[in-house]
Amino acid sequence: MARIDLKGLRHSYLPNPTTDADYALKQVDLVWEDGGAYALLGPSGCGKTTLLNIISGLLCPSEGSILFDGVEVNDKSPEERQIAQVFQFPVVYDTMTVYDNLAFPLRNRGVPESQVDARVRAIADMTDLTDMLNNKAAGLTADGKQKISLGRGLVREDVNVVMFDEPLTVIDPHLKWKLRSKLKELHQRVRVTMIYVTHDQTEALTFADNVVVMHEGWVVQQGTPVELFERPGHTFVGHFIGSPGMNLMPCELADGGARVSGHQIDIARKIAQPKAGAKLELGVRPEFVTFVDPDRADGLPVDIVSVRDTGRNRIVETDFAGHKVRALVAEGMPVPERRAAIRFDPTYTQIYADSWIVE
Amino acid sequence: MSAKTTNQRAWLLVAPVVVLVAFNAIIPLMTVVNYSVQETFGDNLFFFEGMKWFEEVLSSERFHASLLRQLQFTFIILAIEVPLGVAIALAMPRKGFWASVCLVLMAMPLLIPWNVVGAMWNIFALPDIGLLGKTLNAMGFDYNFTRQPFSAWATLIAMDVWHWTSLVVLLAYAGLSSIPDAYYQAARIDGASAWAVFRYIQLPKLKHVLTIAVLLRFMDSFNIYTEPFVLTGGGPGNSTTLLSLDLVKIALGQFDLGPAAAMSLIYFLIILLFSWIFYTLMTRGEAK
Repeated sequence: MARIDLKGLRHSYLPNPTTDADYALKQVDLVWEDGGAYALLGPSGCGKTTLLNIISGLLCPSEGSILFDGVEVNDKSPEERQIAQVFQFPVVYDTMTVYDNLAFPLRNRGVPESQVDARVRAIADMTDLTDMLNNKAAGLTADGKQKISLGRGLVREDVNVVMFDEPLTVIDPHLKWKLRSKLKELHQRVRVTMIYVTHDQTEALTFADNVVVMHEGWVVQQGTPVELFERPGHTFVGHFIGSPGMNLMPCELADGGARVSGHQIDIARKIAQPKAGAKLELGVRPEFVTFVDPDRADGLPVDIVSVRDTGRNRIVETDFAGHKVRALVAEGMPVPERRAAIRFDPTYTQIYADSWIVE
Repeated sequence: MSAKTTNQRAWLLVAPVVVLVAFNAIIPLMTVVNYSVQETFGDNLFFFEGMKWFEEVLSSERFHASLLRQLQFTFIILAIEVPLGVAIALAMPRKGFWASVCLVLMAMPLLIPWNVVGAMWNIFALPDIGLLGKTLNAMGFDYNFTRQPFSAWATLIAMDVWHWTSLVVLLAYAGLSSIPDAYYQAARIDGASAWAVFRYIQLPKLKHVLTIAVLLRFMDSFNIYTEPFVLTGGGPGNSTTLLSLDLVKIALGQFDLGPAAAMSLIYFLIILLFSWIFYTLMTRGEAK
């Protein structure tokens, strides 16, 4: 078990990187506390897998250092780092039985056979593989094989961190949900640090206590699911997390609030002065946009463009002075027709300068 | 009730293949079957003899001796070429400039015409002027493949290993290249030794290409003719007279068409039988 610090990590797959664009990881400084359940979230190609392989030791970073409990491990092999990793596609040893597959990481480390047996049976029990222990691994279905991979990742007791690289990609949707709950449950039982890489926000938000969002090689925000939702640190987080994503519109600062196309908008907290010349945007999630009486003084006049029913609620797309603003209206609440007025909740209205939040 | 219409025009589409296969395989084979049950004289005189030639061939000591030599030869070259081919494939670089260089070098022996291979090795191994023969003798070995059966066999096997191990290498290399990186990464994380990686990842993943390699090498080596014909001509004595060399001697040397035809069919059936046995053994226990 260990606390993992990443300091000034940069990585490029090119031999002589020069500009930022040559780097797959541009700058990463992160702390993974011991025993936490983390998710690493971002679209394909944002550098998630690169970061994961650097932590596990399959890749050596171009710059920066990785510390396990304060000790630099840059030059240590995956074996020396005592980590476990589960890959996107199931990796099983075809000619072995399920039992031997689960026992493999332990036997390679010379664990006595009696301990191996106890551990393998415990893990098989957790991953529902007990009935198949004596089957050849080659004959299992894709999700059965992935359960073996998960089991092999969890079988060692001495690991510092278990990493999952989009482990549910090949799993059927109804099993995905089951396996995800299983992982969460396993985490609560074994209390080992887990890092779960995914591009699926639902997976990330349900599994993790703490989510790290990556975008084009940068870590754009780290926080709890609630923080990511209520106060996105970067416009990318606003638009990547949540469905539909955050409404964004150009604005300027005025009278302690913001001004969008001549309309004054209140903001609850005090905004710091952003850097001069930065591109300013106002962001508010559709959940925090409400319809108000059109005659109210602080109502923002809008035209209704379309209404889409998603089952639990309706997404109303409006036109506010030429800006597209979406509002989420709960099932059963009235939606005005044509001309209406909206209001942004001042507590959850944020200002972004060059895409980063203004504190 | 609707009349059932049958469109027979599809036969036209398969007709060219049927004709090709007929002229290419069925008709020649049937000619051989025809010869194998008849006594042939000049002036196109034929007499039906039934199974006489089959009985004669099967009970002939000469046939037994060449079959035994053939089996020895095939077994030895398989036992050398398959493990050696896998070992070379494992040692070859996976990517970059040197991977291409190795592949080209490996493909080289396969591109040389078979009779040229025989001629090359014949000259190479000549005890008085050949590089190999002369060197061995200079080192104190008594080596003369034209006179000593053991030297002839050693040269024959060295030639076949040189000529055909590349095929196993290329097949095994292709098989190794198709193993995803994740397997190697998982093995590193699981703390697997190099031997365990070979035993539990590489070898199982190579099983299919190795089945093909063994089958191809078995069939080709069982059919081998050109290279030993050019190298030793079956000698000294009959010590390297493999089945095909013997068959040609009977058919064209002695012009015994009946026995030669019967022997061809037996030869063909042996290859078929062994191929089936190899295939069954190597693919048994696979998920249906």
